[in-house]
Amino acid sequence: MKFADEFRDADIARALGARIAAESGGRHWKIMEVCGGHTHTIFKYGIEDLLPSNVELVHGPGCPVCVIPMGRLDDGIAVAHQPGVIFTCFGDLMRVPGSEGSLLDARAAGADVRMVYSPLDALKIAQQNPDKRVVFYAIGFETTAPSTALTLMRAKAEGIRNLFVFCNHVTIIPPMKAILDSPDLQLDGFLGPGHVSTVVGIRPFEFVTNTYRKPVVVVGFEPLDILQGVHMIIEQIREGRCEVENQYRRVVHDDGNPRALEVLARVFQLRSHFEWRGLGFISQSALELRDEFAAYDAEKVFSVPGVRVADPKACQCGEVLKGVLKPWECKVFGTACTPETPIGTCMVSSEGACAAYYNFGRYSRARERERVLASGERAVGNGHADGNGNGTIAEHEVRPIPVRAR
Amino acid sequence: MCLAIPARLVEYVDEDRMYGKVELGGVQRRINTSLLVGEDATEHGEYVLVHVGFALSRVSEIEAAETLRILEAMGAAYTDEVEQIREWQSAEEELVGADSRERDGMPA
Repeated sequence: MKFADEFRDADIARALGARIAAESGGRHWKIMEVCGGHTHTIFKYGIEDLLPSNVELVHGPGCPVCVIPMGRLDDGIAVAHQPGVIFTCFGDLMRVPGSEGSLLDARAAGADVRMVYSPLDALKIAQQNPDKRVVFYAIGFETTAPSTALTLMRAKAEGIRNLFVFCNHVTIIPPMKAILDSPDLQLDGFLGPGHVSTVVGIRPFEFVTNTYRKPVVVVGFEPLDILQGVHMIIEQIREGRCEVENQYRRVVHDDGNPRALEVLARVFQLRSHFEWRGLGFISQSALELRDEFAAYDAEKVFSVPGVRVADPKACQCGEVLKGVLKPWECKVFGTACTPETPIGTCMVSSEGACAAYYNFGRYSRARERERVLASGERAVGNGHADGNGNGTIAEHEVRPIPVRAR
Repeated sequence: MCLAIPARLVEYVDEDRMYGKVELGGVQRRINTSLLVGEDATEHGEYVLVHVGFALSRVSEIEAAETLRILEAMGAAYTDEVEQIREWQSAEEELVGADSRERDGMPA
């Protein structure tokens, strides 16, 4: 596939990994990839195996399915059960457990729940079923929200009145800020979310460099993109710079997509607060429909329980989402909680860190890596210990991997 | 969810360029192209990034080539350096013999 295969070259990837190993020596680096799409790439292509063990990628909160709290899902399922409703959502969401089963269970119990690829499919279903009320359970960050906005604008323009949006669109900056403010995690820099940035541009991340003095590199979703991004962060710190850089120039403009921002502003406004799984309530962190679109707002049209539901006791998705806990450190990872019978959201979505670890078999490698980190004998450089008692890696562990000549 | 894939724009299907056809893995699919304005204005044959049925942006051939050029140069520079170290090592070996290398704790 053009614009994908070129960025998967194994030889260049190995050379980049070796270069990162050579230039990152002497300390433990913690770099967070904010976006779940990056987490997916990292596991799918085994990026961690190319990086030296002193460069640690911490998986961030940018998985739209993972951050939906259980109560919110229960609300959706309650709508799905109402008479005359066709409930539509992206496939990722179908198996997410609510407090009394998933949307798949609701379908088995007789609710008309349908998986769609695009919000436009929901619009089409509404056109084809004028006697039904079609609900689209919208999730996603700024990448996806313009699609919902454009769909609603079209529904309004065409006078379609039986489409309703249950809006769970969230924004990426507030959770990043929450993580930066949390004392649990000390990060060196961020791999910025490439596809969110196609919409919002790279300037919204300037608060990370200005206020928190951490570099941000917006990166693409192919293996070489991620490796180059990691190298750019390390290079910035080594050169004493702290900037927002754009590695994904082939797609992301510094100012984003003005047309997408315009449709977002026309349809949505910021919610006063929204509950995030693991992060709790964050003010102005999500979107709701403006009053002009109130007739399309499922939360206003349908009655929902609106109850806040605590996660199951065994579930530690919250800690995983914050990057505080590694997926395999969760008590139920791979035992009670698997992609077939998930307890938490991180095991459901393809972008969830737990599902990625589980599906791509990185579990044993991750353990080994942790062991190497923990066995570091000499603390060198200005690395730092994390909360799990893992100190800075010893210098002798940092060894470039062999490079095959091209 | 935030996954988006590059696909070739085959044609616009209406005069206002609100909808277009893209080719994805040998299959043609109709997508919404209304976000492709300004810097993202796209002509037939160019690539766009497709996400949930919408083209999010144009994929710039020039920028992609530039990123690849940097990546290849980084890869080549490193490979060259490793090659130089190897040559230097074997020259050193000839001069002082393998014993001293081991004593200095350098990897064999």
